Parts: sequence; C-alpha cells; structure tokens
Amino acid sequence: MKRREFFVKSAGAGLGFTAVMSLGRLPAAFAATPGSAYDMAAVMGGAPDVMFDKAIRAMGGMSAYVKKGQRVVIKPNIGWDVPPDRGANTNPLLVKRIVEHCIQAGAKEVLVFDNTCDTWTKCYKTSGIESYVKKAGGKVVPGNTEGYYQQVTIPQGKRLKNAKVHELVLEADVYIDVPVLKSHDSAKLTISMKNLMGAVWDRRYWHRNDLHQCIADFATFHRKPDLVVVDAYNVMMKNGPRGISKNDIVNMKAQIVTTDMVAADAAAAKMFGVDPASIPYIRLADEAKAGTMDLQSLNISRIKV
Amino acid sequence: MTYSWLKRARVVISLIFLVAISTLFLDYKRLVPEVWFSPVLSLQFVPSLLKFIHILSLTAFGFIVVIILTVLFGRVYCSTICPLGILQDVVSWISKKFKSREKRRYGYGKPYTILRYTLLVAVLIVLLLGSSWLILILDPYSNFGRILIYFIKPVLVGLNNLGAPVMEKLKIYAVLVPVDLKPIPVAAYIVPVTVLALVVWMSVTKGRLYCNSVCPVGTFLGFISKFAIFKIRLDTNTCTLCRACEFTCKSSCIDLETFEVDYSRCVACFNCVSSCKFDAAGFQAKPLKVKPVTVESASVDTSQTDTGKRRFIAGTIALLLGSAGLAQNIPVRDTTKPVPKNALPTTIPEDKKFPVSPPGSIGLHSFTLHCTACSLCINACPTDVLQPSFLQFGLTGIMQPYMDYHSGFCNYDCKRCGEVCPTGAILPLILEDKKLAQIGKTHFVKDNCIVKTDKTDCGACSEHCPTKAVHMIPYEGTLVIPEVKEEICIGCGACEHACPTTPFKAIYVDGNEIHKIAEKPKEVKAKNPLEKTGDFPF
Repeated sequence: MKRREFFVKSAGAGLGFTAVMSLGRLPAAFAATPGSAYDMAAVMGGAPDVMFDKAIRAMGGMSAYVKKGQRVVIKPNIGWDVPPDRGANTNPLLVKRIVEHCIQAGAKEVLVFDNTCDTWTKCYKTSGIESYVKKAGGKVVPGNTEGYYQQVTIPQGKRLKNAKVHELVLEADVYIDVPVLKSHDSAKLTISMKNLMGAVWDRRYWHRNDLHQCIADFATFHRKPDLVVVDAYNVMMKNGPRGISKNDIVNMKAQIVTTDMVAADAAAAKMFGVDPASIPYIRLADEAKAGTMDLQSLNISRIKV
Repeated sequence: MTYSWLKRARVVISLIFLVAISTLFLDYKRLVPEVWFSPVLSLQFVPSLLKFIHILSLTAFGFIVVIILTVLFGRVYCSTICPLGILQDVVSWISKKFKSREKRRYGYGKPYTILRYTLLVAVLIVLLLGSSWLILILDPYSNFGRILIYFIKPVLVGLNNLGAPVMEKLKIYAVLVPVDLKPIPVAAYIVPVTVLALVVWMSVTKGRLYCNSVCPVGTFLGFISKFAIFKIRLDTNTCTLCRACEFTCKSSCIDLETFEVDYSRCVACFNCVSSCKFDAAGFQAKPLKVKPVTVESASVDTSQTDTGKRRFIAGTIALLLGSAGLAQNIPVRDTTKPVPKNALPTTIPEDKKFPVSPPGSIGLHSFTLHCTACSLCINACPTDVLQPSFLQFGLTGIMQPYMDYHSGFCNYDCKRCGEVCPTGAILPLILEDKKLAQIGKTHFVKDNCIVKTDKTDCGACSEHCPTKAVHMIPYEGTLVIPEVKEEICIGCGACEHACPTTPFKAIYVDGNEIHKIAEKPKEVKAKNPLEKTGDFPF
C-alpha cells in the first residue's frame, strides 16, 4: 500500500520518482526515432510476425527501444472473449513476436495486460494471447481489479483530468501499445489511443464525459507509449469493436509501427478508408499536440512483403 | 469386530464425496471442467428427482440408485453421499475434541416422528402445488451448497485477496491474483444462517438429529430403510450390555432396553458395529437372535405414533394450502440504485416488469419451480452475472439466482450454468441454441441517454452487444445514438451493464416471462478498402 500511495503522490504532483525517471525521455511526438531515419514504418502483405520483423528493423531494431535489464509492458487489445480470426483482439502471433524481440534486446521482464470488457480469464485464453506470451517467455498480468490502478492527474486534460492507470504502465521502463485496428460503434475507430482505455480503470467515466475528448485527453498523459504497433492483419470493418462473425473481417495484412500514437491512428484510419480528421479524437489529440496527424510531415518507410 | 471395516469404508467414501462436492462449489477460479459436475452430483437425491420430474428422462436416474441402495443397505446415502450429513459428522467429530468423555456419549432418544413426517408431507404438497420454496429451504444438498457459497467462499476469496498483493509485490502475477467477490444481499443470508446454526447446534449436541427430525430426504429414506435387506442386527446372546454401541450411535436409534434399532433413523454409519467388541452388533440380511418381547413392544409403539402423525398432518394441511399461495411467482422491480455520478443525473426509472432467469431455464415459472438455490451456478458463472436473489422472484424464490446486470453480463460464448445445474432448472444448451435463447429484451430510454442529454458520443451499449441488436444510428450532426433491433436481442445484459448513466440506466433488459428464440443477426461480407489499389493510402 505504501508503494501505491507513493505513486499517487508522485504521479499526482508530477515531481516524484516516475517523473524524474521520465525526464530522460522526450515527449514521443517530438523525439527523433533513435537509430532510425524513419518516423514510421508501414508494412503490407505478410504474416503479422514477419511484418513486425521488417517494421522494427526499419525503425532501428528493438534494441533502440529496449535496453538490457529493462522492464517492458505491452498493452495489446484483449478486450473480448473471441478467437483470433475474428479480429476483435490483437493478433496473438504479433504479440508473441514483440515479446521475443524485447527479450532478445535484453529485457528483464516482459509483461502483458489489458482491462478487458468480457471476463479477463476468458479473454486472455480465447484470444490466444496468454499462451503465446507465455511461449515467448513473457508474463500475462491481470487488469481485473481496481487495486492495480493508481490515481494520476492529466494536467492537459479538458474533460479527463484524473484517471486511475494500471500500475504496470507507471512502473514500466518501456511501454508498448499494440492495438488492433477495428471499427467502433462509439469511437468510430479504435486504434492506439482508444486502446489505452484498457490501461485505465473507470471507462464509464469516459463514456459519460465526452468520449472523444477523454480519449484525446488521455493521449496527453505524460507516460506515453514508447512504441506503437498497430495490428491491421485481420481488420474488423463493421460491427466493431466486438464483431458478430468472420464476415466483419477483411484480411488486410498490414501493420504500422511508430512512436507517435496520433500519427499511428491517422495512418491506420487511412488504411481503413476514413479521413483521420473525421475522427474527433484524432483531430482533438492533434490539436492538443499529443502527436501529429499530418502524415506528410513524417518520414515513412513503406514496406511490401 | 468382524464388521469394523464398514465404518472405515463409510468414512473414506464420505470424505471423497465431501471433498469432490466442496471442490465444485469452492472452485472460485472456475478451473473444474463442466463435464465433472454431473458425475459428482448425479447421486444427490433432490436435484436428481427434480430433474427427473422436469425432463422426464431416465438420464436423471440418481435418485433411483439412491432408493435401490436404501432398499439394500439402509440410509447409506445419508452417511456417505449427502454432503450436509457428512458435514454434520465432521462438526460432531471436531466438537468431540472439546468434550469430556462423558459428554461425548450419545444415547437412545425418542424419534420426532410428527415433526419429520409433517415436514416431508409439507414439502410434497407445496411441490405438487407448483413451488419449490419449501424443498429449497430444506433440501440438504442445497443447504450444504449455500453454506459453502455464503460462508466458506467469501473466506477463501478473502484469503486469496490478502495473498494477492504479496504475490504482486514479488512481481509474481500468477497463482494468487485478485478475485472480485460480489457481495450477497444481506437478506438472502436469513435461511443459510438459520440452517447453519441449527445444523451445527444439533450435530454438536445430538449427532444426526437434523437428519432425523428436519431433513425431508432423511425422513423419506428412513421410511424405506425400515424395509432394507441389510440392517444393523443385535445379537442378544453375545451382547454384554456394555452400551458401547448406544454411546456411539449418532442417530440415537439403538435402544438396549428393548434391544430394538429404529431403522427409520439409522443412517448406516456403522459406529455401533465397529465399537462392539463382541460382534453383538452386525450388519446382515438375516435377523440375529432377538428377544420376541421387544418386537411386540416396538410394534405397539409405532401404531401409537402413526395416529398422532396423521392427526398432525391433517391439521397442518390447511395451513400449508394457505402458505402455498406465497409460492406464486411474484415479480418485483429491481430496486438497486447506484449512486449518481452524472453531471445531469438520469431521471427516468428503469421499468422492469420481470427479472431475468438464466439461458436454458425456459422461463420464470419453470426456473423457480425447479431451482433449489444450491447456488452452484453462482460460483460457476465466469462473469458473476448470476447472483442470489432477494425479492426478484418473490419471497418464495429467495436465494434463487437471477441475472444481475449491475454485477456483470452473460458471456455470449458461455453456457456453463446449464452444464453444471444438477436440478435441470437451467437445462444445458448447445452453444448455437444458447446464442439465440432470448431471456429478455432490451429497452432503450432515449431521454436518459448521454448522446441526447450531453450531446456527446457514447455507444458503450452497442460496443458490448454481441449480436448488434443494439446498434448506432445517425443522430444530430456527427453524433450517433443507439437503436434496438428487438428480434435479434437475446437479453444478455451487456448493454445494460456497460451503460454509464446513473442513477438510472438509459438501456436495460426486461426479463422474458417465457424465454423465446431470437433471430440470427444478418451477416454481410465486409469489403477491403485497399482492394482496388493494393497500396498504402498515404
């Protein structure tokens, strides 16, 4: 409990341990990708793991993000008790490959979690993510009880000024956001920014306090993902985020890797055939300078497998 | 001591049943596969009998096996299969550790014939009148289940949740992870607390008194066991009148004054045969040498109690007929109101006409008639949507589980409750059928909806809907608002659970009095936006 109180205080004041530790990091949106000339890698035409291999190489290799002995936290979308071919959760093969890259880069520990919508034990199992992560040498961590979540403040938030964030995120040396691209009834599309709703406790608050604004607000939270990997292998084009059947799915075989959530979401929206500016939270996050949705300004490595 | 192995066998078998059944009830991590439930529970008398009556199938043959066992060996059910009976033995055994040698002794006692037969007849009458409320309160298996779910499970989960932060500190995110324990309504504790107190008190002071005065199964099997083939037999030639058998008899049914054993109360625990150093108590098909005089006195005794029994039963029938009126299914509105959190609290109350019963339960009447509230499904349900009711099914349905959408929602791909239910109150469904079983219908209250009141997007309901019965349609500007396609709604409650408005939900499920079959959602193949160019759109 002491550790928790410590986090509440330190994160709240923005002066504590976490903040000091994160001073070394520039805000992801403005940081030049270490060891790479590219801001983003976009891949098409391969299996999820093969595409990631290509993308991360273009982005300077995993060792540019994960240092020896570091603790890595991966946040995929594991929201639903639905098998991998239904595209409701992040592809397990991709998550597995990311875990492998992290371990290869010398990570001490790779932890994977989500605050799921369906019962977490069923989601972790049916999605295939639990068994794939374990196979790759990572660990899955529950996100099912409030005790895991620490209160933080979001100084730039317009509607979302406080949130309870999973302690793993706050303690992580490296934080990787691995969403799956999907249609979404409330947010229109769910990609990397919306995926972080699964890193907080009270989602209902977001729903009743202007969902789009809350999503954009949380994108301004200082602990941004260090790496964003958008899974667009099986893409749910309609009836999202849960989907009804495989008929909702298009096998797009694509992937986007970057350090900027707003850019990731903008690129993924385009892949989906939607103008990023028409998704309110992408536009709001861009305006709040949480990142950029101007893909023209980015140096993108386009890879076809 | 020829027969002393019988007691050892009884203890071993009973512990196997106790551990197996308890495991099913206390498996709070839901690790036990569904297929194990039926074999372990198939011999439970009341569930098996209710299932047999319900589905008229010999697959629910457990109670017949129990009757055959009783005809052969007496009430071995009570001593080895019934978990409440075994629990009483455990309680007596523990309490003996704290008693003096004198106090540990049992002795012959008179039967509570009027009480036990009245209760048995009352259960049957109420059951015939179409309600399970009395059997729900008195069934030993269900009472045992409730003791575990209401008292033991919270302790177990509490210990788990105390251990979990320790594991968390050690960065071990396995073995002990926090478990969400939904609180049981305090009022639902009335019956389990009373029964537990009664059972503990009776087993501490008088051994198996509960089984021989209250339990309707005990009374029924006791009646049959009078005619059992194998029985405890006393040998007057070798008996030294040391009373060892009488002192160890939990049922107080050995009367050495008359050399008579009251077989209606003997639970075949074999304490007597193992305690007798002279083999004067045996377990045999043929009578041992018995003084003729005792037979006469015993028969006189029975006829006397019979008249008293009849008079009492006749006198109470009227009372029961009156109370059976309570047994009617009284739907009561859900009165649980969460604390308002909205900037603008919602104003229109949810108008629920019926509670929602689990998929496979056919309808409210069938469900409340066959459910004995053993609470097994409450633990087995992975989403915690099944919760003990208080007044949702009316007072007579107290503790029967209902779908509590404040607590959770029914997982689309789960059918576990039907697979574990031993009484057939929730019948097993194949997954395809379960996905179409409409247990209730969704109602949308536009005036409570965030999209209308706050003019912001929400859509949490539609997001969670597994069939897209709740889907979003254009509203003002770019806003979208929910719309319900009732024909494909299955009433799973995902929308109601997810709806963020308080104090009243903007979308809620009203139960179907009789479950219906929903239509299948229409499916259209999605198109790939990159198909034409096959290239990056940026």
